[in-house]
Amino acid sequence: MPDRLSIVIVEQDRERALLIVDSLRASGDHEIHVISERHGLARLISERNPDVVLVDVASPSRDMLEELTLASSPLDRPVAMFVDQSSDSLTRAAIEAGVSAYVVDGMAPGRIKPVLDAAITRFHMFQSMRAELAATKRALEERKIIDRAKGVLMKARGLSEDEAYALLRKTAMDQGKKMVDVAEALVTAAGLLS
Amino acid sequence: MSLTPLTLGYIPLVDAAPLIIARELGFAEQEGLALSLRAAPSWSTLRDLVALGQIEGAHMLAPVPVATALGLGGLPTRLDALCVLSVGGNTVGVSTALADQMRKAGHGFDFADATAAGTSLIAAAGQTLRIGVPFPFSMHAELLYYWLGALGLEAPQALDVRTLPPPLMAEALAAGDIDAFCVGAPWGSIAVENGSGELLLPTSAIWSFAPEKVLATRHDWAESEPDLAARLIRTMWRACRWLAEPFNRMTASEILARPDYLNLPAEMLERSLSGALVISPRGDQRMTPRFLHFHEGAATFPWRSQAGWIAARLAARTGLDRDAAQRAAKQVFRSDLYRDALASTAAPLPGASEKLEGALDAPTEVTTQSGSLILQPDRFFDGQVFDPAEK
Repeated sequence: MPDRLSIVIVEQDRERALLIVDSLRASGDHEIHVISERHGLARLISERNPDVVLVDVASPSRDMLEELTLASSPLDRPVAMFVDQSSDSLTRAAIEAGVSAYVVDGMAPGRIKPVLDAAITRFHMFQSMRAELAATKRALEERKIIDRAKGVLMKARGLSEDEAYALLRKTAMDQGKKMVDVAEALVTAAGLLS
Repeated sequence: MSLTPLTLGYIPLVDAAPLIIARELGFAEQEGLALSLRAAPSWSTLRDLVALGQIEGAHMLAPVPVATALGLGGLPTRLDALCVLSVGGNTVGVSTALADQMRKAGHGFDFADATAAGTSLIAAAGQTLRIGVPFPFSMHAELLYYWLGALGLEAPQALDVRTLPPPLMAEALAAGDIDAFCVGAPWGSIAVENGSGELLLPTSAIWSFAPEKVLATRHDWAESEPDLAARLIRTMWRACRWLAEPFNRMTASEILARPDYLNLPAEMLERSLSGALVISPRGDQRMTPRFLHFHEGAATFPWRSQAGWIAARLAARTGLDRDAAQRAAKQVFRSDLYRDALASTAAPLPGASEKLEGALDAPTEVTTQSGSLILQPDRFFDGQVFDPAEK
């Protein structure tokens, strides 16, 4: 068996795919293909005839790969969801990190482990980056709404910026609501009344 | 009393209703369970989450635990079906172009006659009929192979059944990648609503009592937590009984429609629950009694003969030994646990755990451990009877 592994990554997000490719390259000299096409996924993969297929656990397209686990002709190489022979800990780690690996039946676990380890790290990293980005965006949005609500209060009640902020905070606390929700209600109401 | 936390996974479909209703209307709480629900992006991921023990159980396609028992797909962890959650509920649909062609050739779209619909579909399709299903191990796939096979269409030469996530089905129809689809509610109605397809047949016209979804857990979990498993079975039975009341359909649709569950118009979901389906973008409506049901005729009883049928079909398709496959499959439909769990309730329990599948043409009264039970018609469109004891 040649040392080079042929790996297919099913990923629609280009940026994420590149991250994973980089990381896999660092783990060894592999032949890597990225498939972002959703149509005819099973066909595209069998054309490539890879040793390993990596796919996001959260992708609905994953069900299309299950088809490959049923060898439809004797010439097909059966494919299986990767399971570590000794324990399922690596598979579990992979699923938790958000990556599932399908490998050609009979491949030694030792050969897939570095690949999977590299993929797991990248999937993890990408997920936390994405979560961070979403949180930052949300915080910015919230600040914009609160700023607008402050403006409404300053104009309508002649308050200073600090007083307006304090009033919003107090109202939110009294009503057991989030400040951004109170601000949003105020902005909406002001829009309706103006 | 403190509640025992338990997490079940589901795919956002109308037939996830028993889980959602059990949580929202307190049927789980009544059994001392603090039920959390987790939506999954795909059937394979849902299956793996259960197999790896990250969730206790899930709403699952009835053939998945059987396929797992036969070593087809996924991790080699045995999964058990504690009860059936729904019977029927899938629709076969065709692209609008194919529907026009069939109509011109004289098909009436009665949405009931499987022989007429199948014959017309085969005639219109040309060399190879390509049909999308949500998963390779599904009643969708098995019923299609059964139906079109009985009408003379040979797989894989003339019938290409391929897996496509339902959200991509409409796109694939429009792109000409597939000619037809078989999907669970509400995806058939969505295809009609967005104008990409017309509905040809409910799968209940192929097999009128086909087990569709089951509640699946790891075998080891069911064995080591018999009390929790029993509480879960009773919870599902009560939720399913509630869902069977026509009066409750509107409430059920409203709950399912919420953004955190299916996030779709309640009206569209109610069509599936009531069996009044709109079958074409022009608004034609067909009434299918017992299109999707949850309770009538011991619907939630996990008949070992149902598992046997699924195994026999899977074995024939994948070249496995039929007898061994059936034996393995019958083990995973846990009619024993179901009986133990419901013995103390008013639920009528069938005397046997296997029956001839397809033998009942009309509602039939049978004796049970505590009285009587009316079984619903379970016939196949071609009148075949499946005998689980036959080798």
